[in-house]
Amino acid sequence: MITLTNEKEKLTAAITGEIDHHSARSIREEIDANLKRSLPKELVFDFSGVTFMDSSGIGLLMGRYKLLCSMGGKIVVRQVRPQIARVLKLSGMNKLIRIEEEGEEENEDSE
Amino acid sequence: MKIQNEVKISFPSRSSNEGFARLAVSSFFTQLDPTVDEIADIKTAVSEAVTNAIVHGYPDRLGTVQLHLKILEDRTAYIKIRDNGCGIPDVPKAMEPLYTTAPDEDRAGLGFSVMESFMDKLKVLSRPGKGTTVILQKKIGERGKNG
Repeated sequence: MITLTNEKEKLTAAITGEIDHHSARSIREEIDANLKRSLPKELVFDFSGVTFMDSSGIGLLMGRYKLLCSMGGKIVVRQVRPQIARVLKLSGMNKLIRIEEEGEEENEDSE
Repeated sequence: MKIQNEVKISFPSRSSNEGFARLAVSSFFTQLDPTVDEIADIKTAVSEAVTNAIVHGYPDRLGTVQLHLKILEDRTAYIKIRDNGCGIPDVPKAMEPLYTTAPDEDRAGLGFSVMESFMDKLKVLSRPGKGTTVILQKKIGERGKNG
């Protein structure tokens, strides 16, 4: 599932559940429809509710990265769980996109 | 190597079965008492292989995807994923990182890279027109023995 929030020039996409080839399509379609309408300068992926991701997620992020680049914007991925961070690092995408792992940029330990 | 337990599952190549395959595999290998990381590695690798079968094995028709799971006596999780689809003409090429035949659909071309790095062994057998078989193996550590 995905919840999109537009705030000034920022679009936040909070995804919950699993990102695989099956779920990536509707996530992509919802984000792209919003992007084309709202033309944000920043796209923030909130991954705090993402329990699983395979390389379909890399394709999803890569495609949105290219889109945002063409629009002069940037993308950030937040609250990434360790296993998902491993998949992202394997792709080398952490060199192109800012990826913040779970617990980063937080002042208190919630666990 | 002796087989301690095994299960065979087959399902149609619908993308909704990708999640089912992950769940089935993680349920079966729970018997080995794997760590959270070990089971996540297996789930991710299986997800890649099953997705390949669905997307590339049967690009324009529904076919059957077969999973054969085994627990070997040295605590190896053995997973065979088989389709009878179109096959891969050039396996080494298909296994190159970032190689994809479906760039328009946001496929990253990293499926085999993920399988290779998350599992101990990866074997791919394919014959054009006959189908593809992927064999994944990962040895599960013994917990409680070394702390």
